[in-house]
Amino acid sequence: MNKRKLLAGPYLVWAAGFIILPLLIVLYYGLTSAEGGFTLANLLAIADPIHLKALGESLLIALGSTLISLVVAYPLAYILSKLKGGKSGIIIMMFILPMWINFMLRVLAIQMILSNNGLLNALLGFLHLPLQHIMYSKTAILIGMTYDYLPFMILPVYNAMCKIDRDLLDAASDLGAGKLASFRHVILPLSLPGVVSGIIMVFIPSISEFAIADILGGSKILLIGNVIEQEFSLSSNWNLGSGLSIILMIFIFISMAVMNRTDTQEEGISV
Amino acid sequence: MTMKTYDKPAGLRTGALLLGALLLPALTGCGTQNSSQTASGDDNTLIVFNYGDYIDTDTIDMFEEETGITVKYEQYVTPEDMYTKYSSGSIPYDLICTSDYMVEKMIQAGETLPIDTSGMDYYHNLDPVYMEFSEAFDPGNKYSVPYFFGTVGILYNTEMVEDEEELESWSVLWDEKYRSSIVMENSMRDAFLVPLKWKGHSLNSKDKTELQEALDLLKQQKPLLMAYLVDETRDMMIAGDAALSVIYSGDASVAMEENEDLDYAIPQEGSNLWIDCWFIPDSCQHKENAEKFIDFMNRPDIAMMNFDYVYYGTPNLAVKEELDEETQEDPTVFPPEEVLNNLEVYNYLGAELDEYYCQMWKELKSY
Repeated sequence: MNKRKLLAGPYLVWAAGFIILPLLIVLYYGLTSAEGGFTLANLLAIADPIHLKALGESLLIALGSTLISLVVAYPLAYILSKLKGGKSGIIIMMFILPMWINFMLRVLAIQMILSNNGLLNALLGFLHLPLQHIMYSKTAILIGMTYDYLPFMILPVYNAMCKIDRDLLDAASDLGAGKLASFRHVILPLSLPGVVSGIIMVFIPSISEFAIADILGGSKILLIGNVIEQEFSLSSNWNLGSGLSIILMIFIFISMAVMNRTDTQEEGISV
Repeated sequence: MTMKTYDKPAGLRTGALLLGALLLPALTGCGTQNSSQTASGDDNTLIVFNYGDYIDTDTIDMFEEETGITVKYEQYVTPEDMYTKYSSGSIPYDLICTSDYMVEKMIQAGETLPIDTSGMDYYHNLDPVYMEFSEAFDPGNKYSVPYFFGTVGILYNTEMVEDEEELESWSVLWDEKYRSSIVMENSMRDAFLVPLKWKGHSLNSKDKTELQEALDLLKQQKPLLMAYLVDETRDMMIAGDAALSVIYSGDASVAMEENEDLDYAIPQEGSNLWIDCWFIPDSCQHKENAEKFIDFMNRPDIAMMNFDYVYYGTPNLAVKEELDEETQEDPTVFPPEEVLNNLEVYNYLGAELDEYYCQMWKELKSY
């Protein structure tokens, strides 16, 4: 055994103990009944109207927060990539800085801002504008998720844009392409890999989210993550909770596969 | 993804070896620990398991000093967490404090040991009224000793509620004029007790038509609600964000101290009385020490320290007598007799109804 392999040891122990073993346990519970026999009932339970509705809500909110993040992040990353020197560094820093704070604390901060007597309404009241009741609604969940996951969209898109060779842009303008044309034919296709990984980074944690929905949604909106959490903590039905987790994982794998396909296709076109 | 495929088996084997190397001492360590414990069963320790922040820790130091018993004090968040840790068997708890319904479930499962109260000096300090309530889940008071109790009621903002007489009925929580300023308890049984009691049923009802009626009422109520909350309710009410909320009496006392506009009421249709008790689980290895600790907790000066710290209703009459009249008559801490008559203790409803409740709860949340 050479030394380099030995260095991978701690990670392998980590992966075996905290990734592979738990996954196997989830698979075992998901495919067995409370009595221990093999069953698919826990997987098919997703067809229950309550579970379907929760999955639908999760998909909608995850898509929403991914879309908003993309719309906000893309132009920002574009502008930042064009800025020279320290300026872009400072602005990127401003987006990364909140990530140093525990994500739960950030959600609680959003709660302080959005609540009926919170900062937002204090400001609106001061300006004599109508007060908003955003807290404990889907809008609040969407705001919280977008705020939490936005940096995960900005960074990959910004990195992809920074990697674009300036010479390609110069070549485009030498060959008579206007700003719009060079954006469409050079920047857009070359930034797509960043967009794809940004979408994956935002969409996947969003779809399984449950804590934000509880805090900012006042536990009134049931997402698939909440259903799974309830099965484990309240109902002690680990089998059903695991079965639904497997379904959720399948959804995540499908979305990753779709995104990776478009990724490689786009690369093929751009090359 | 740069790892070459032929590296994988070797890598996996290394991983398995290392994992084994890690687990082996853990497993054997566990074994030796167990044997040493049985060998030294009379070592002078006590492992206590209680809710978080539910004791004045000075009392534990005093107990250690006076008796020479070393206390290992552990804390948990919910009774379900406690049960998971207890049943994993990794720590042989000697004494646990938890809520009524969990005590009942564990008594029924034969996981508790009878408590010998004959040698206790301060057991007689306990209020017979609450001992009788405890019989609902522990007939004959054989397996548990009450520690603190409280009620579930409505905390309301007197500035926002038009007429305090409205608080005489749970129906106020269905009143359209309080739309978006009602907070419900985000806890299954506590949420269902509201419509059950309002319609004159027992909160331990096993009748599925009554339960279905309660679910329908909760669904009707949902659009009027600001949120389902537990721990945040208190701060929400202190900040004046909501007009009405279903809350535990202990949280209500704290909130009322912070905001003078708040008041607490238990509707006349009745509510829940909850009792947290000490009990000795079958994992106990120091039963005498556990009994000494229970008795120590009932000693008037110690019980007073804990009452001052926790400020929940205490079943200790010696403590109550020492309090000033205002505290003694504080209906939030000590429910008056006419209120007590309408209070019920939760019973464990059995596995089948437990599951039925969870399903209804999910249906309500998804509605």
